[in-house]
Amino acid sequence: MTQTPVEPLLAQMAGDLSALLQRRGVEDPAMVGIHTGGVWVARELHRALGLEQPLGSLDITFYRDDFTRIGLHPQVKPSDIPFQVDDRHIILVDDVLHTGRTIRAAMNEIFDYGRPASVILAVLVERGGRELPIEADVVGTRLKLKLGEHVKLTGPEPLVLEIHEAA
Amino acid sequence: MSSTNLQVDDQGRLRHFLTIEGLSHSILTEILDTAESFAGVTSRQVKKVPLLRGKTIVNLFFEASTRTRTTFELAAKRLSADVLNINIDASSAVKGETLLDTLRNLEAMHVDMFVVRHADSGAAHFFARHVAPHISVLNAGDGRHAHPTQAMLDMFTIRRVKGPDFGRLRVAIVGDVMHSRVARSQIHALNTLNTGEVRIVAPKTLVPVDAESLGVRVYHDLEAGIRDVDVIIMLRLQRERMQGAMLPSEHEYFRLFGLTEQRLAVADPDVTVMHPGPINRGVEMDSQVADGPRSVILEQVTHGIAVRMAVMSMTMRAHGEAEAKDRH
Repeated sequence: MTQTPVEPLLAQMAGDLSALLQRRGVEDPAMVGIHTGGVWVARELHRALGLEQPLGSLDITFYRDDFTRIGLHPQVKPSDIPFQVDDRHIILVDDVLHTGRTIRAAMNEIFDYGRPASVILAVLVERGGRELPIEADVVGTRLKLKLGEHVKLTGPEPLVLEIHEAA
Repeated sequence: MSSTNLQVDDQGRLRHFLTIEGLSHSILTEILDTAESFAGVTSRQVKKVPLLRGKTIVNLFFEASTRTRTTFELAAKRLSADVLNINIDASSAVKGETLLDTLRNLEAMHVDMFVVRHADSGAAHFFARHVAPHISVLNAGDGRHAHPTQAMLDMFTIRRVKGPDFGRLRVAIVGDVMHSRVARSQIHALNTLNTGEVRIVAPKTLVPVDAESLGVRVYHDLEAGIRDVDVIIMLRLQRERMQGAMLPSEHEYFRLFGLTEQRLAVADPDVTVMHPGPINRGVEMDSQVADGPRSVILEQVTHGIAVRMAVMSMTMRAHGEAEAKDRH
């Protein structure tokens, strides 16, 4: 197992995000983290960017596409979107972008709260294996994983990126 | 009635929801936690989630109900399921079709869940024993036996108002305990959640014979029974289930057991008053109490939707996994 500290990645993401927001002329965006790792990452980015809107969180359990195959996750947490979604620019944050299915579910859930002006995707880790046409706008690090390897964010204190070898 | 094995699968997860009796503290807590997540859905612009899309849920009511049937229906719709409401006394039962025939006919329509209310104790269990393996059965009230979703929405309401520690609570259940499936399910739920003290307060003629074995203290005097309690759950006087002279008169009942503002003074100053509805105003309680600041009666109705969404999605989960295994 290899461990990578995430502070430098977060600092770089915060810089890239604020450059992107400036380039697009986005004012007063809101941020939403996806449970559980995405919320940890979002908390850091939210602080670094000094956003005014309170941080939101999503548990996408009710929107997963594999409910009929694996059922309901037993530790589902309430989603909390403490701002109006309509016409707002939203930064969606997750820890690892893999198949894209989690992001698909998260976007569906966001649209049930309203119609956002735009959605920006920021992820700490981008790895291969996409099964849907979804890409991140801001990426902390890109990993090329070997067959059987997987990456996991542990936290919340401290946040550490762990790469596990095949068992 | 042995239902633990019937309603829980070999991995300890909920398959049917028939009675509180025999369910573990962790399952009851999981129901309450899951319901908490669903409660937020109601305040959004789109008040539904796609979880049970493509599933068909049948509300099979052999006995009248407004609140329970409509909140089950709303819960199913908020989970994106299709819902069929069947009121049987107006249908085939009068033509002589047996319960099993009714069941087989509905199964042939490829349904995924039955929500059953019936005047006979054990009716939901009967369904659960005979349905095809992919179908879940939820008990929406059977005879005098159980009404588990009502009990869980009451627990959800108590937890929201009083916090998660049931151990420091005194709860009094007041009224017609003998005829009440709600009271039975509440007592099992309160005990499983380790409630500090559970009391029942009722005239001698309306206390079930096995009351002491349920793990409750029995009071026959209202003021003694609600002294210092944190929660008072009033029960409806079930006129339709009463035979013979169990009560002198409704007026006399109110004089002895009716809840009034004046009587509430002996309870904890922050006491919460509950009632599963429908209320007989001026029989079980004064309107002043029912509509007063301590009453959470309408919150109970709202919470019924989230709790029923939780139980529906949890029981459907077990089947989802069974289907997945079949495919591999």
